[in-house]
Amino acid sequence: MRELAYYEAKLEALSELMAADESVHLIGGSFLGLSPHRGLFSAIEKNYPDRVIAPPISELGYSGLAIGAAMAGLRTVVDLGTGSFIYEAWPQVVNEAANAFYMSGGQTRAPVVFHVLHGIRGAGAAQHSHSPQAMLWNCPGLEIVLPSSPGDVKGLLKTAVRSPNPTIFIDHAQLLETRGPVPEGDGAIPFGRAEVKRAGKDVTVIATSIEVQRSLAVAEQLAREGIQVEVVDPRTVVPLDFATLLESVEKTGRVVIVDQCHKSCGIAAEIAARIAEEGFDKLKAPIRRVTTPDVPIPFSPPLEEFVTPSEPRIIEAIRSVLR
Amino acid sequence: MIPKVPRENLLELCRRMLLIRHFEERLIHLHDEERFSGHYHVYIGQEATGVPALSCLERGDFLFTTHRNHGHLLARGADPRRLFAEILGRKDGYNKGKGGTFHLAASELGFYHTSGIVGGIIPLATGTAYAARTKKSGQITVCLFGDGALEEGAAPESFNLASLWKLPVLFLCENNGKYGAGRAVGAAQSPTMAVYPLTDLPATYKIPAKQIDGTDAGTVHVAVSEAVAKIRRGEGPQFIETQTVRWPGSETNWPVVPVATDAAMAWDVSSVPEAVREWYRSSDPVLIFIRELWEKKQATKEDIAELDRDVRKAVEQAANFALASPFPEPEEALKDVFA
Repeated sequence: MRELAYYEAKLEALSELMAADESVHLIGGSFLGLSPHRGLFSAIEKNYPDRVIAPPISELGYSGLAIGAAMAGLRTVVDLGTGSFIYEAWPQVVNEAANAFYMSGGQTRAPVVFHVLHGIRGAGAAQHSHSPQAMLWNCPGLEIVLPSSPGDVKGLLKTAVRSPNPTIFIDHAQLLETRGPVPEGDGAIPFGRAEVKRAGKDVTVIATSIEVQRSLAVAEQLAREGIQVEVVDPRTVVPLDFATLLESVEKTGRVVIVDQCHKSCGIAAEIAARIAEEGFDKLKAPIRRVTTPDVPIPFSPPLEEFVTPSEPRIIEAIRSVLR
Repeated sequence: MIPKVPRENLLELCRRMLLIRHFEERLIHLHDEERFSGHYHVYIGQEATGVPALSCLERGDFLFTTHRNHGHLLARGADPRRLFAEILGRKDGYNKGKGGTFHLAASELGFYHTSGIVGGIIPLATGTAYAARTKKSGQITVCLFGDGALEEGAAPESFNLASLWKLPVLFLCENNGKYGAGRAVGAAQSPTMAVYPLTDLPATYKIPAKQIDGTDAGTVHVAVSEAVAKIRRGEGPQFIETQTVRWPGSETNWPVVPVATDAAMAWDVSSVPEAVREWYRSSDPVLIFIRELWEKKQATKEDIAELDRDVRKAVEQAANFALASPFPEPEEALKDVFA
């Protein structure tokens, strides 16, 4: 299978979506963040000048515009930049889009996609490093997508834009250069299908986004010591394929959960709670979480490194559940 | 003045205004009788804004409204039985009992999403307008909100977008606080808004803006028809502020009916308690409209009395329908999260 970089797969998905359906409109133009490849997006702008909009710095306004346009039949994809900026649009995302279908009694669909680059990107400090996915998970009505590979970003973006529901599409800035296989053709991946990224019998690592790549690197390293790590990626947390996660935990009896949200009420917290509720009798050791501690993200590199769910921290957690 | 439309249309406008009035008064009584719970807002005193304004629209146009939405839906022809049922949380409500008074939606009438957040719909309205312009469908969007909505950041952000991109949207700001508490002649409009007149805000964003009397059906009809025509011609967004005098029953946190409206009060307010008599004499838009219909010989007092009776009967039947409608099954709470 051909290999592409994450940013290439993402642009390919956007181009194919734009070509296939003229109701798809893009609002905002930094789908590749501050990446050196960001200029490549201009090809899409050039091909579809009427369907790519450069809005003013009015996240609340244009997010609402995108929701309203979606209610009226367009497929709008909004780029909000970093994960932190979705807070500027919060009332429209969590209080209008998320509620629209439910509170209208099933009358009104809002098939809008909000795209952000989440997480600790390197020197982003406290206001450009957020991982809003756990907060958004507490807003019923939003689908939440967290790709971790080039194949997944392409396939999940296809499904996100075609979904009848408001969808939050969350990339990590540090994933953009990651290379991996991407099938030719449409490649759409249905929501709610976790993937076992690496099979192993000793311990399950459930990870999301960039932390999947870190967990895979760790698994490779520990394999040399004879420790077989199974890495499972939910890929979407709403809907969540809990059955696949539980199946892995049943096999290994040991689980480490890795994500970049803060520890309290984060993605890892929720998955841990569900494993404790539904798979307690399968556990041979306590569940361990590797997350960002409950502090804002600091600027200085050693401070930032200290709070990041890094490979050494994942290794330490795996060893602790194997003891 | 009365709108320059055929007599039968005038009588239909009158019927809808009376329908809103009697619906809302009945609703307040239903609340007093503890037939439903939760806070709510009524449209009494603004009937001559909503009814003639929305009569200027075409089928297929988009409408957005707020917590004070009952009158807008009734003006557009919504079924009062299903409105009552929704407000009472019943199965036959427009939203299956999941929305209630704040969120009445009737997509077949253009009301796709009604927000209880005062400025929440303003960005959404730019969105349906954007979609209509993109599809060249000819549909326009009307966004109805109160003066308080201008205090949220969503309003200026949306005015900027609508103006930059010449979107086909009418912002209709219903200011029901003329002579309201804390306001003095010549002073700021309100203790919470530095912009005065309110039309200065959209005007700053180069949106043509007008301030009109919202208790005068003819004035509203002229202003809205002109604005709608400009929008349909592609001239971009328009803004109208309609001013009404707050109904004394809405002065308190929970609405109260100081006197049940009878169309005959258009000629004789002696039955109205003295404390609120002045509002019914000079500021009640429904009674003003009825008086004008009679003065212009468009209806006799008997015509009006008959219309009033018919509407009251329909409202009573609608309320009874809602009271007889079952509550939804509890498990309904788990449905419709996702399409």
